[in-house]
Amino acid sequence: MAQTSGAAAQPAFLQIQDVVKDFGGFKAVNNVSLDIAKGEIFALLGSSGCGKSTLLRMLAGFDTPTSGRIILNGQDLATMPPFQRPMNMMFQSYALFPHLTVWQNIAFGLQRESLPKAQVAEQVEAMLKLVQLGKFAQRKPHQLSGGQQQRVALARSLAKQPQMLLLDEPLGALDKKLREETQIELVNIIEQVGVTCVMVTHDQEEAMTMASRIAIMSEGRFLQVGAPGDIYETPATRFVADFIGNVNLMEGTLDSDQADHCLIGCADCRHYVGHGITGTEGMAVTVALRPEKITLGKDKPAGERGDFNQVQGTVKEMSYFGSFTVFHLQLASGARLKVSMANTQRHRDEDITWGDSVWAHWSESAHVVLTQ
Amino acid sequence: MMRGTSVSFNKWFGRSWLGLGYLFLYVPIVALVIYSFNDSPIPNQWRGFTLKWYAALAKDQEMLAGLWLSLKIAFMTACGSVVLGTFAAFALVKYKRFFGRTVFSGMVNAPLVMPEVVVGLSLLLMLVSVQRALGFPERGLFTIWLGHLLLGMAYAAVIIQSRLQDMNPQLEEAAMDLGAKPHQVFWLVTLPLIAQSLLSAWLLTFTISLDDVVLSAFLSGPGSTTMPLVIFSRARLGLNPSVNAVATLIIVVVAIGVVLASYGIARTERKRQREMADATRH
Amino acid sequence: MNALKPLFTGRAFVIAVPLVFLLLFFLFPFFIVGKISVSEMDNVVFKDVLTYTDGVLSLALRFNNYIFITEDALYFKTYLASVKYAAATTVLCLLIGYPFAYFMARAKPTQQPALLMLVMLPFWTSFLLRVYAWRGLLTEGGWVADTLIALGLDQLLYSLGLISTPGKLMHTPFSLVLGMTYSYLPFMILPLFGNLAKMDLRLLEAAADLGATPWTAFWKITVPLSKAGIIAGSMLVFIPCVGEFVIPELLGGPETLMIGRVLWDEFFSNNDWPMASSVAVVMVLLIIVPLAIFNKYQAEAQERAR
Repeated sequence: MAQTSGAAAQPAFLQIQDVVKDFGGFKAVNNVSLDIAKGEIFALLGSSGCGKSTLLRMLAGFDTPTSGRIILNGQDLATMPPFQRPMNMMFQSYALFPHLTVWQNIAFGLQRESLPKAQVAEQVEAMLKLVQLGKFAQRKPHQLSGGQQQRVALARSLAKQPQMLLLDEPLGALDKKLREETQIELVNIIEQVGVTCVMVTHDQEEAMTMASRIAIMSEGRFLQVGAPGDIYETPATRFVADFIGNVNLMEGTLDSDQADHCLIGCADCRHYVGHGITGTEGMAVTVALRPEKITLGKDKPAGERGDFNQVQGTVKEMSYFGSFTVFHLQLASGARLKVSMANTQRHRDEDITWGDSVWAHWSESAHVVLTQ
Repeated sequence: MMRGTSVSFNKWFGRSWLGLGYLFLYVPIVALVIYSFNDSPIPNQWRGFTLKWYAALAKDQEMLAGLWLSLKIAFMTACGSVVLGTFAAFALVKYKRFFGRTVFSGMVNAPLVMPEVVVGLSLLLMLVSVQRALGFPERGLFTIWLGHLLLGMAYAAVIIQSRLQDMNPQLEEAAMDLGAKPHQVFWLVTLPLIAQSLLSAWLLTFTISLDDVVLSAFLSGPGSTTMPLVIFSRARLGLNPSVNAVATLIIVVVAIGVVLASYGIARTERKRQREMADATRH
Repeated sequence: MNALKPLFTGRAFVIAVPLVFLLLFFLFPFFIVGKISVSEMDNVVFKDVLTYTDGVLSLALRFNNYIFITEDALYFKTYLASVKYAAATTVLCLLIGYPFAYFMARAKPTQQPALLMLVMLPFWTSFLLRVYAWRGLLTEGGWVADTLIALGLDQLLYSLGLISTPGKLMHTPFSLVLGMTYSYLPFMILPLFGNLAKMDLRLLEAAADLGATPWTAFWKITVPLSKAGIIAGSMLVFIPCVGEFVIPELLGGPETLMIGRVLWDEFFSNNDWPMASSVAVVMVLLIIVPLAIFNKYQAEAQERAR
């Protein structure tokens, strides 16, 4: 997770106000508003078709909003064509100019500003040093590997020291190993340069590891905006809870609602939640429980709250991921419960296998209660 | 096994078919070349090797004048076709929707297939009407050039369109994002990337113009006889060894050009593949 | 939409330049042809179709030419013959060209550029000269004529009605169709090759895996997928062949009169411009359906490429 640079106390650096993009009846972006602070790394996360790329293109200037305003550093960008905007984009396909060398690619934007040659050369060298590609300055893009091409694309988009950097699926084209290394490198460079960054991705891992704040987008709307940890541990709706990571969603009824705790009854178990919610008794709620917050054991656990926060089930499936194992339990009502346990020891004391009847239990702070 | 025998049959059949096909394509060309050295008034009887037809060609004023005119027209046609073809290709590839797009697309593509007698006649009749009304243009180089432009534009548009479609649109967006205004995008990014197709289009339209008979016949005037027209009128009368001589010269020039170009393209492509493979190994 | 204003005027210009050119020199002439085809011609001067004299507006359309065309058996036969020869050429080009393009596309990738180049070379060499070359090959004593006669194939052609006298191969339907097939063959091979070369060979592997023989895979997978190429190639051959003039003139004979020659004679020999125009109009009407097919194919090819 990137270091949070503190939520905006001054007027936001980038203000997206009630932006709508209507493609002849189909609203790709349906009335979104957002404030982004200077220096933030902000991620728009969503599956394909949710409108995130359309929104990014509107920021860059390749599409104009049907209605709404985009204000950067106090300046309304509405009528500005892309070549006048003080922001630069790193494209998903890198879009490196094949007929130019690495040096010429990076210099391209600077040369459009009619800067003196010496200054251009100085800045290009600085960029090459930043992404550690000094040796490759005279190569053409097809002579570079995927990772190297990406660094050129990054250098090119930072060369003009833009007020804002836009990233379109920055790690999409890389394989897994390279992705992990590049994530950290990329964030380091961005923070070193200190530029505000908006990125678009469908990859949760990418968003959560790189961004300081995330907006979950679906069907043109923002479902939740917040820091990765907040979104993960405190999802606002069922959709968000299900979208991010894995989750167990259990439907239930609010049996009792007190100031410091509440009791929820579900089909297979009863929950003691360590905080009150403002609701009416008898209303329908959903309890969201993340698989890693649950512990498995062969014996019935002696919980401090008695029969709350525990349930018995049969192990139907096990998925081994190396560092952790996911157990799928079938509960009495037929519902499934996913439990994830880290393989902290090379050989487990209690070996749980298919068909075993086990007890799952969790603490009273493990739940998130959802009403939407 | 069934599959094994059918695979080798395929190979044998394929090789023969290709071989016979190429033979069919090249027999006339080879015949032209060989008979251009034939020392005999009767073209089909081989009498001996001679260069006399080439010598006669050097003195053949009619043919030489025709060649010079054709070269001029071909050059103008090639340049004009590439310009018009680029405009048309851009309009069709970049602008997905505009008023009259289907009609426009139809008109750009039609000269590719429309019989030349129809195109020639219609263009001529229009030019005559214009001449009646305005006093110009006289039939000659300019009118022939117009007709060839029509044809050339269609061919150029096809070639350039195909290259434009293959190009990554994000390249132009990236250029704009980095501060290039639309005309700068064209000159700095688009044009270099389509340069090869522009050259192909230029060469193709040059060749087509150089070779055209029907359009030239309709649109030429007194004193503007192109080389194909000279050849055609002689060919109509019978076999003529000086025609063979011209043919051989043209074939040699074209052959050298095509072979060099293909070789050059293949070599650059191989080099490129090698460089790309090397890059990923690091 | 202010941001796009500079792009907009640029866009209008880019469309306008070729559009105006085409409207002026391609479309407008067709209207003139139409008008002249119904005009009366008096010593190379056209009487106006629409006249206004003494307060009377009169429209004089002479449909004589069209009536003549439909009534005169010669015109009808000629049109029919043109379509017939064009169709025969197209079929032959397809029969020869498809396997040719297919084997080119299936050749080793290293060999393909050379194979393609060998097809391009004749294509770039003068069309007129190569047609002329066939005259030499098919007249008495020519290589091909001698070979065919030696093999006795001229008897076969005679019995098929393609030549009128055994031993005389020139100026016959045979020489005409041979010449046209030869000239238009690259126009069939190149689009087919382009189409077949891009085909995903893994589809054939999948078919084989599911139990199809190579023969079945060819007919059920390769051919349907190459449909676009077949149509393109066929239209590129058929449509111009209908109005072809040079080849019938050099290789055809009295019994192979084609409509391109008729138009030419009406214009150059008879100086009957309205008649020539009428012949042209009817020719365009004849090919309008294939033209529409071709245009639709081109548009679809663009759509797919986007």
